Amino acid sequence: MIKTSSLQWLIAAVVLGLFLAAPLILPNNMTQLADLMVFILIALSWDMLGGQMGYNSFGNILFFGVGMYLVASIQVWAGGFTLAVYNAAEGGNLSSFAVDTPTFIASLVIGLAIVAVLNFLLGLIVGSQLLKMRGHYFAIGTLGLGVAAGEFASTMHILGAGSGMNFIQPPRTLELMPLLYFIGLFVVAVFFILLRWLYSTRFGFVMNAIRDNEDKAEAMGLPTAEVKAFAWAIAAFFAAIAGGIYGSAKNFIDPTEVAFSAPTIGVWMLLMTLIGGKGTIWGPIIGAVVFQLFKEFFWTFLFGWQRVALGLLIVIIVVFFPGGVMGGFDRARRALGFGKTGAEANP
Amino acid sequence: MSDGEIMLDVSGVSKNFGGVIANEDISLTVRKGEIVGLIGPNGSGKSTLFGSICGYHPIDKGSIKYRGTETKKMRTAHIARLGMVRTFQQTHVYGEMDCVRNMLISRPVRDGGVRSLLHRPNPDDLTRAEELLEFVGLASKQHLLAGSLSFGQQKLLEFAMALMNEPELLLLDEPTAGINPTLINGLIDRLKQANERFGVTLFVIEHNMRVMMNLAKEIHVLAAGRLIASGKPADIQNNPKVIAAYLGGH
Repeated sequence: MIKTSSLQWLIAAVVLGLFLAAPLILPNNMTQLADLMVFILIALSWDMLGGQMGYNSFGNILFFGVGMYLVASIQVWAGGFTLAVYNAAEGGNLSSFAVDTPTFIASLVIGLAIVAVLNFLLGLIVGSQLLKMRGHYFAIGTLGLGVAAGEFASTMHILGAGSGMNFIQPPRTLELMPLLYFIGLFVVAVFFILLRWLYSTRFGFVMNAIRDNEDKAEAMGLPTAEVKAFAWAIAAFFAAIAGGIYGSAKNFIDPTEVAFSAPTIGVWMLLMTLIGGKGTIWGPIIGAVVFQLFKEFFWTFLFGWQRVALGLLIVIIVVFFPGGVMGGFDRARRALGFGKTGAEANP
Repeated sequence: MSDGEIMLDVSGVSKNFGGVIANEDISLTVRKGEIVGLIGPNGSGKSTLFGSICGYHPIDKGSIKYRGTETKKMRTAHIARLGMVRTFQQTHVYGEMDCVRNMLISRPVRDGGVRSLLHRPNPDDLTRAEELLEFVGLASKQHLLAGSLSFGQQKLLEFAMALMNEPELLLLDEPTAGINPTLINGLIDRLKQANERFGVTLFVIEHNMRVMMNLAKEIHVLAAGRLIASGKPADIQNNPKVIAAYLGGH
């Protein structure tokens, strides 16, 4: 156990080193790298429920979108403007809402922190109600969350309604993508360390117990309702940060196409987790990297057919690699006779 | 029977499912340190009564007191944290985890708070887990996934998990069902030991009369949702009402 654990930290250190060096290796792909950090965050946060706890949520997009709108709003306020005036101006003269670099960076960072905490609370509230449902009922119930939030945002004139909302323009001298990338990388590192710890505590055990047999967990007096709500709140915390970073990178929020986009981000977070292997801590990370590579490849070389290709990829993974990359590793390891892994003690 | 403190006091409990009367006006007590049996033909309402006691469904009438505290409005997990834990007729284990992990999860969470969960299991817990797996005879299986165990082994694991939870009163729903006959004697022995050594009061549903006669000092008999007899095993065995119920003539 201890050996596997220190090996994993070594791997983590190497991966972190690669990520730190990535901007030097791929200086022209900073947008894609910043997106990758967002993807890792949402995949890890989706896996907390879907993988570790067995609750397949389509609702995490709620926190993603709320985070995005809130960060955008906080940046507008920090510049000394009012939301209504800012969004009424729409497009035309965004340059008149300029902010200086320190204000921009500070409002972005502090904004991300604030929305994380607010979404933690939102996750607790929504989770304590929705997580009373189980199985398919929960999945369908959460599906409604994202759709409802998207429709709601489309009617809010203060948020630009259906035509969406721009992020405050970053100052010309600021390299936004590297900034977002490193913020994202920092949050990924924090999330990874937090999850490593959390999954080794009794809290993590109870999450797994809920996945395997919630009735039993309840019968044994485990505080299942509390654990479920807190787990979702933590997932919401990081999904909101991911949303804030993603919106800032795209510089524009469309209520249904970007913020609360169930068919893209909402499905991708699940897909990435499946690609990598759900219920493992490395799975969502590997899945996000693989997914981003495939996505960029499809968008570049199969443009026009990219969604078809992505759809095919989903089918292939679900049918042929149900355990994802990590599941494949496990099978290979067992086939080679290495026995049990650190993550799951298989016979 | 004995003069121990009343642990469980069920009085006048009725439960209907739609028009089906599952339990009607049932009253019984379980005293500290006893092994009490609950028998009855299939569909006589035994498991329903367990469900009512453990808070799985609201009861229609009556009262259920655990150590003097009314529990009929409490949630399942809350009742379990008071020290009254049940096992299931069908096995309920955490299939994707190994036996040791199953045991570690089963440590009691008395305060029901999340904060008390935010630490790794301590070495004492691991020692205890291994002791109890040894106790039920699963020591050699401890690193196998619980889901890969046979039905009988899962039952044994569930029993060990229940003991790990340090209950004061343990409700066992057919502990020997699905366990091979040669293992049953060993299991009876362990149930008795759990009662004597660990001081766990047992309330047991069981179809196997031989087991019941060996185990229980007092037996309650349900038929068609009603309590038709209570008493010592020997008396129950010769009670004409009980014999009639089992042979189908209500």
